[in-house]
Amino acid sequence: MVSLSSNLLLIAFILYLCATLFFGGAINSKKGQVEKTNINKWGGIAVILTVAGFISQLGFFILRWIASGHAPVSNMFEFTTFFGMALVGAFLIIFAIYRTALLGLFTMPVAVLVIAYASMFPRDITPLIPALKSYWLYIHVTTAAIGEGILAVSFAAGLIYLVKMIDQNRASKRTFWLEVVMFGLITTLGFVFVSSAFSLADYHEKFNWVDKNNNPAEVEYTMPALTGPHKGELLTKGAFEPILEVPALINAKKLNTVIWSFGGGVVLYGLLRLILRKRVAASLKPFVKNINTDLVDEISYRSVLIGFPVFTLGALIFAMIWAQVAWTRFWGWDPKEVWALITWLFYAAFLHLRLSKGWHGEKSAWLAVIGFVIIMFNLVAVNLVIAGLHSYAGS
Amino acid sequence: MKDVKCECGHVNPHGTVLCEACGKVLDEQEKDKNLLDMRYEGSARRSITYNKTIIDKIWNFFSSVKVGVWLIIVTLIASAIGTILPQEMYIPPVMPAEQYYQDQYGWFGKLYYQLGFHNLFSSWWYLVLIASIGVSLVICSLDRVIPLYKALKAQRVTRHEGFLKRQRVFGITKNAQTAATLPLLKQKLEAKRYHVREENGDLLAEKNRFSRWGPYINHIGLIIFLIGAMLRFIPGMYVDKVLWVREGETKVVPETNGKYYITNNKFILQIYDKNKDDQVFGEAIERAGNIPKNYQSNVTLYKAEGNTVAGEKPKLKKLKDFGIRVNEPLTFEGFSLYQVDYKLNELNKMSFALTDKATGKSFGDLTVNLNNPDTKYNLGKGYSVELLSYFPDFEFGKDGEPTTKSRIPNNPAFVFKMRTPDKPKGETSFVAIKQTIEPFGNNKYKLKFRGIATNNVSGLTVRKDNTLWAIILGGIIFMIGVIQGMYWNHRRIWIQNKSGEVWVAAHTNKNWYGIKREIEAVLADTGLQMPYDQLQRQQNEIEKEEA
Repeated sequence: MVSLSSNLLLIAFILYLCATLFFGGAINSKKGQVEKTNINKWGGIAVILTVAGFISQLGFFILRWIASGHAPVSNMFEFTTFFGMALVGAFLIIFAIYRTALLGLFTMPVAVLVIAYASMFPRDITPLIPALKSYWLYIHVTTAAIGEGILAVSFAAGLIYLVKMIDQNRASKRTFWLEVVMFGLITTLGFVFVSSAFSLADYHEKFNWVDKNNNPAEVEYTMPALTGPHKGELLTKGAFEPILEVPALINAKKLNTVIWSFGGGVVLYGLLRLILRKRVAASLKPFVKNINTDLVDEISYRSVLIGFPVFTLGALIFAMIWAQVAWTRFWGWDPKEVWALITWLFYAAFLHLRLSKGWHGEKSAWLAVIGFVIIMFNLVAVNLVIAGLHSYAGS
Repeated sequence: MKDVKCECGHVNPHGTVLCEACGKVLDEQEKDKNLLDMRYEGSARRSITYNKTIIDKIWNFFSSVKVGVWLIIVTLIASAIGTILPQEMYIPPVMPAEQYYQDQYGWFGKLYYQLGFHNLFSSWWYLVLIASIGVSLVICSLDRVIPLYKALKAQRVTRHEGFLKRQRVFGITKNAQTAATLPLLKQKLEAKRYHVREENGDLLAEKNRFSRWGPYINHIGLIIFLIGAMLRFIPGMYVDKVLWVREGETKVVPETNGKYYITNNKFILQIYDKNKDDQVFGEAIERAGNIPKNYQSNVTLYKAEGNTVAGEKPKLKKLKDFGIRVNEPLTFEGFSLYQVDYKLNELNKMSFALTDKATGKSFGDLTVNLNNPDTKYNLGKGYSVELLSYFPDFEFGKDGEPTTKSRIPNNPAFVFKMRTPDKPKGETSFVAIKQTIEPFGNNKYKLKFRGIATNNVSGLTVRKDNTLWAIILGGIIFMIGVIQGMYWNHRRIWIQNKSGEVWVAAHTNKNWYGIKREIEAVLADTGLQMPYDQLQRQQNEIEKEEA
């Protein structure tokens, strides 16, 4: 059952990828400004593929649930794939309201990236530690992920807006930051490529090292060590010798992964620039030529309106109820809690700026992008770097 | 300050921008605009109207959304800083915080500590920020909701021309009369759940006005929540105590006035086993090693009966047996006991044999309960041992005298007096783990170490939180407020006769796409033209110019 479940995820992944291509096709074959969107043949196929992928991933989720006896949202791989599924689900809902194929062209790649990223983490079915043994695990984690998925659609819509509205004829702060966003997405892809490559090559190297409390420890790298651990001693013969030794305070292995991913991102981005001969965002511009900016702006805003209550419920209210049961208090300033609060405060500020200060259009689009960055920070950095009570999700 | 009388006859409070009844533009500045600012219906907000006294200034400061957003952003950044290093409550208690931060994180840690970020979330300035947000919520809401309510209540069906043509969605159909199509329009609007009012052949269709109150309701929820959080500082509202109970031990539950006791019958720690537990977990268990499966304290809860006198052992009535696990606290009368910590194999008993050093002959065993030792041990036949001093966690003090670091028997040491028939005055012996000191010269007898017994200790948190009702109530009201405000839109459509033409205008607080689609459906087959989105028209023109 576990292997069938994994295959369903793979199928979903491939279907999402195909759907992205068809969404791309759906845009190219459109002509003229479209106020009322009519979905053409390509768009129709793309939607069918997306729905099929979603069902397949749902199958993955259900089978894995049956196999493990608990909702598969208990480690980094499971949560992140679920977040990807939530993103696709949110896209389908928003698509049902606004029927614009372009949204798919920008949402599906993000979902594909998220799932690919998830697959880089250990895919074992982990048994639940005592703190996670509660039905609140299902309720809190799934609701929070769905909320974040809907908010992520607002990011996709915001991105469309920025790609369309930012003048690419001359370099400016706006073109720079938009490229930074593109680079961020490409770096995620870089991480996926680099990890997959070394994982295929089955690369391993072991170190003895001394941790910050001066205790000897052992660590195993799965990528060649550019940054070695504190007082590291390479145990694997013929393996790559670290270029730089980092202090015990810094996790050398994670830093090494970050450097490799960043390097992968730089190479990929560089190649893209060489091939495209212009900014990545500039080369996306033809796709968004015919989009009604007002509509995209509204989609972005609407996604926040729909997602914000769901996020509040899942990431704060349900979280507090569970924390009261499991950790004796509903709020304890754990980093993950604080970052959920930060996300919530940010979107609250977003809504107030939009409602009362009239931050529509481009400003609003930038805010949607920043909001997504905060969500990703909470997912990636807080779990892997800051840790805290939620650290079980870090493996 | 005088009220303003509009030409329609309605008397508006001073500071009104748009007449509450007919929408005529009363403020000169607003007249130059192509589109009206409809946010609060152009009502007279205190913060816009008055700015003289100090109270006005404070009111205006806190009622500004700009200030509110800044407060949110500053709180957000401060909170983020608070997560860079662990807060004081999460650091291990191995050394004082002052040393810990520098020791673990170097100069940055020292700076972090010096700036007070190690306790950021209970620092006075963070609390001031949260309190300011609370004040801002109250003032912001009052400043807007009252005039908004009045304006929406006073609105009439027939609107001023200047009001209609400055709406974002607006259109004119020439040579048309509503009279013929009125019933059809009404029927269609009602089918779309509009509440339709008619006056002089003019229509006002309105729906979901309640959605306008959403923001204010969610603000009320937040305020109740914040008040709930403040209630914690009232003595007696909140209990947070740690209770360590050894296996077999009965202890009073703190803060219950001696009313409740618990006995720890057994502490259980279970680890996932690759061979016994579900096979699917095999690989994960192999990768991670020990994965805990269960932390459980089997306890019995008792209630003290009758009057409890200090120092006297109360009569206990058994209430129930319960297995306290993580996620499954034991709850009684507002108190909850949580499984939060444990200590395995703590020294519990130590046994010795009174032995003749020369012959090795034993004259009986004694067992010392390390947590509650007896002072005299009678071994019979004239042999006895007296415990003169006991150091549960022994070390030599600065003056060379033995002392104890704590009351936990981590390293027990004893001063015994051994009385035997041949040494009736007794011999003194200092006994610690792996050492014996005979302070008054060579003894004939010694206490030979025989063995130890250990047991487990459960760490429980005793919690009472009488503020939860406010927190829950605040949360529920907040959710109702956001859902009401965000999942519904307040929509109004005006269809009015103006000098032989039919003017259609519409306003919604959000989701313009939705209202346009609705108008399209309503106007179909009525001969009325679909109104334009004036904002979009402007934008398209700008884009065309650019292109």
